[in-house]
Amino acid sequence: MLSTLLTLTAPAAFACEIFTVGDLSVEHAWSRATIGADRPGVFYVEVTNAGTTDDALIGIATPAAGMPMLHETVVTNGIASMPHAMSIPVPAGQSVKLAPGGYHGMLTGLTTALNEGDSFPVTLTFEKAGEVTVNVEVLSLRAEGPDCEHAGQ
Amino acid sequence: MRTRRAVILGLGGTAGALAFTLGLGWWKSRNSAQPGAGLLPLPVADMSFNLSNHRGNPVQPADWIGRPTMVFFGFTWCPDVCPTTLSDISDWLADLGPEADRLNVALISVDPERDTPTVLAEYLSNFDRRIVGLTGQLPEVEKAAAGFRAKFEKLPRDGDYTMNHTAGVFLFHADGRFASIIDFHEDRRFALPKIRRILT
Ligand SMILES: [Cu+2]
Repeated sequence: MLSTLLTLTAPAAFACEIFTVGDLSVEHAWSRATIGADRPGVFYVEVTNAGTTDDALIGIATPAAGMPMLHETVVTNGIASMPHAMSIPVPAGQSVKLAPGGYHGMLTGLTTALNEGDSFPVTLTFEKAGEVTVNVEVLSLRAEGPDCEHAGQ
Repeated sequence: MRTRRAVILGLGGTAGALAFTLGLGWWKSRNSAQPGAGLLPLPVADMSFNLSNHRGNPVQPADWIGRPTMVFFGFTWCPDVCPTTLSDISDWLADLGPEADRLNVALISVDPERDTPTVLAEYLSNFDRRIVGLTGQLPEVEKAAAGFRAKFEKLPRDGDYTMNHTAGVFLFHADGRFASIIDFHEDRRFALPKIRRILT
C-alpha cells in the first residue's frame, strides 16, 4: 500500500520545496536511505517562524513508519544518546533545524526500506500553527543534507 | 550546510583551551567529577581484544602498530550519530586523498548481536572503502571499549533496543600512542589538522 505513496522518481531537489502554515515555513525536508526496513529511518527539516509568537513542533506522523517520533541526540560525558523530544521550540523570528547530530525525527517501524530518490509525506504538528504535510526527499545514507543553493533562498 | 553545534564555544575560556589542547573536547572538562575522569585511552600496544573485521578476518591491537589509527564506536542500527560520523570520516579521508591510505580506520560495533561481519560489510559499502568494521563476541567488544576508556550500554526502546555509546573519534600515532579525540560536536574544521598530526 505504501508503494502508492512513495514516488520512485522524485523531481530533483525535492527537499528544497518550501511549505507554509501560518507564520511558519518548512523546508529542507530530507531523510537518509536505509538498508532494509528493520533499521529506523531518520527525518530532518528546517522550520522558520516569521511571526511574533513562539511556537513549537510537538509531533510528526507519516505513513512511512509505524512509530515516528521526535528525538534529540545529546552527548553527555562523550556518550551519545537519543532521548525523546516532547516539544521542539520554534521561537518567534527564529529558525530551528532538525539536522544530523541534534534534533531529528526517528522513524521506527518503517513500512518499507527507504531508497535514495524516493519521497514520502510527513505531517508536522505545531502547538499553535497546527498541521502541515511536507514531502521528504530520501538522500543517500552518506548524505549530510540537501543542496539547495539554486533554490533562490 | 553543516549545522553541528560547536560545543567548544560553550566552554569557559581556560577550561576550553585546556580541553582543546588535550584534544578531548568537553568530555574531559565536564567529566572531572566522575569516576575514571582524566583516564586517557591506553596506547594501542597495551590494549587487548580479539575481533573480526567485516571481511571475516581476525583483528588484534598489535595489527595496528606501525600505522596511525583512527577508531570510533557505533552500530549500524543507529540512524543519526553513526551515519553522520561515517560521512564525516569519509569526507576527511577523501580530503586527505592517498595519504589516508596509511591510516588504520576502524568502526568498532557496540551491537555485535546485530552487526555481524556481513551486516557491517553491506553497511560500510555506502562509505569510504578504507573504513574497516570490527565486531565479535560481546566480552571482546567490552575489552576493546575498556582499552579506549569508551562506554556503551543497551537501552530498551519501543519494543526494540538502541545503544548509547561514546561518540568521539579516537586518534593514535603510528607507534600506538594516544594522540587526540575528535569530539562529536567539535567544530569539524579542527578534525583535519588533528588527523594530519598523526600522519606526520
Ligand atoms: Cu533517534
